[in-house]
Amino acid sequence: MSISRRHMLLLLPAAAVAWKYVLAGTPDAAPNYKMPEHWWGMLIDLPNCIGCGNCVRACQAENDVPDEYFRTWVERYHVSDYDIENPHVDSPEGGKKGFPAAKAEGGKNFFVPKLCNHCADSPCTQVCPVGATFISPDGVVLVDKTYCLGCRYCVQACPYGCRFINPKTATAEKCTLCYHRITKGLTTACCEACPTGARQLADLKNPNDPIHEFLKTHDVQVLKPYMATHAKVFYNDLDGSVR
Amino acid sequence: MPGVEGFMYPNEVELQWSVLIVLYPFLTGLVAGAFILASLERVFQVEAVKPTYRLALLTALAFLLVAPLPLQLHLGHPERSYEMYLTPHRTSAMAMFGFVYLWYLMGVLLLEIWLDYRRDIVVLSQSTTGWRRLLYRLMTLGSNNISQHALEIDDRLGWLITLIGIPSAFLLHGYVGFIFGSVKANPWWSSPLMPVVFIFSAMVSGIATVMLLYMLLTWARKETIDMRCVDTVARYLFYTFIIDFSLEMLDLIHRIYEADESFRSLDFMVHTKLYMSHIVIQIILGTVTPIALLALTQVLRLGEMARKRIYALAGCLTLVGIFAMRWNIVIGGQLFSKSFLGYTTYKMGLATREGLLVAIALTILPLLILWVLTKLLPPWPEKDSGLSPDAAPAH
Repeated sequence: MSISRRHMLLLLPAAAVAWKYVLAGTPDAAPNYKMPEHWWGMLIDLPNCIGCGNCVRACQAENDVPDEYFRTWVERYHVSDYDIENPHVDSPEGGKKGFPAAKAEGGKNFFVPKLCNHCADSPCTQVCPVGATFISPDGVVLVDKTYCLGCRYCVQACPYGCRFINPKTATAEKCTLCYHRITKGLTTACCEACPTGARQLADLKNPNDPIHEFLKTHDVQVLKPYMATHAKVFYNDLDGSVR
Repeated sequence: MPGVEGFMYPNEVELQWSVLIVLYPFLTGLVAGAFILASLERVFQVEAVKPTYRLALLTALAFLLVAPLPLQLHLGHPERSYEMYLTPHRTSAMAMFGFVYLWYLMGVLLLEIWLDYRRDIVVLSQSTTGWRRLLYRLMTLGSNNISQHALEIDDRLGWLITLIGIPSAFLLHGYVGFIFGSVKANPWWSSPLMPVVFIFSAMVSGIATVMLLYMLLTWARKETIDMRCVDTVARYLFYTFIIDFSLEMLDLIHRIYEADESFRSLDFMVHTKLYMSHIVIQIILGTVTPIALLALTQVLRLGEMARKRIYALAGCLTLVGIFAMRWNIVIGGQLFSKSFLGYTTYKMGLATREGLLVAIALTILPLLILWVLTKLLPPWPEKDSGLSPDAAPAH
């Protein structure tokens, strides 16, 4: 088969357009993953969190999170004996590099990892004017960045401060619960990097998931329950001062 | 971290909505307020304010044309904004913006202006030459019948549209208030009073703007200011301002008395970062002072010149106060952490896409548009408008 010069001129631009997709590779298929069979959340076992920042670093590496923005971060609470309603909180660089030594002031210190709560009634999804933010059938709040206007209403609506505008894409961004991993049977990057097992991915529709036993036997709470967002990040042994 | 006091969630340090989003409710407020003033004459038969009727409509149009620009400039992807029309998300308060805006522009304002000016447009399309003639002929939309019967139909239709326009104006601005008032995550915004406060503050700012523009333009045209008209407009401004201030105070007192978990944080903010813009500029300078000045004109027998000066001063202070109110709501609502443990700082750019210069340009732009509109469609009595009183109407 011979290709004429005219055909070559037509084919070259098409090949150039196609090449970047060749370079990008084909997305991994997840043929066995059935969305309606899952309902994802996360368990944070607070007494096990040592504030090492591994989760923050792993998330940033896995998801190419820009500097100074956070899909997950760790806060350190210091609650004094005299003023339990007004804790002192710090989170230098989101806890990415761990924390400096705490001052010995009495009271108690503990760490609280934060991430998107993947609320079943998420205010961010409610306010998105075009539906670029949505809840997947398996309970993960996601953003379609090819559709997002960058109006920032969702950032305002999130009670937990979990969203930001990615300066590179000018669209809303947040934790996806490593959706690209969990649909292939992997756990999230943060859970995988946690050295103490303080973060556990939970599938609430899987009857064999240890989350069910854990929820039955522990004092588990969600953040800001009065917001009625039906958050799905469950905190074990959550102190009342955490907000 | 520079500019941060206490603890902010790390993604909260940067403010999301800038001075352009302050400008948006300010501009739509002027639109709604100007239209409601116009409706006083049309629907409620307040004859005294008739000299401001057409000016109020053109002012509303000029500001309405500019109102979406700050939003467009603010979007991360303005090229996708049309998606709000194609695939609006039904649960989103913001999704209705495009429809409310288009309804108000096309269904109310343009239609009412066209019906009110139709006779003038037809006459001008016959008495002018060159490009102006072509433009006026286009503006007639092929409707050249200005017989008495046709004009009566115009008048009745115009009345009906104004009647529909009043709730539409309330919708336009009440809806902007709802965008803020429905954010339950933010206690500074979340209030069922927000849409009502927005509507009344819109009326205040719109009435003040038209009053100032009427006095300024009449003075610039070396005409006599109709004091009966300005006195009436000022009286309406006074009444509306009292309702607006009462609502805002009700909200404030309710917050102070209830003192929920956010109160400590908000109270601190009002006494520090927002002290100047909230207490000094909005409440003292921009609300109490103009109300007191307007009250003076109601209780004292002042001369014409004194009243004019007081109205001009009160009008300017009112606009400053309403702008400060928008600022305090939009910017103030983002200065504190949703953890109620810290505060950030708003750093306004100068020549950036959402900076001060753009905001100033967007404030001046409606005035330029208004100038063009007054040249094209003079809102004055006929002797100044280029309309010959004896121009033969086409039948």
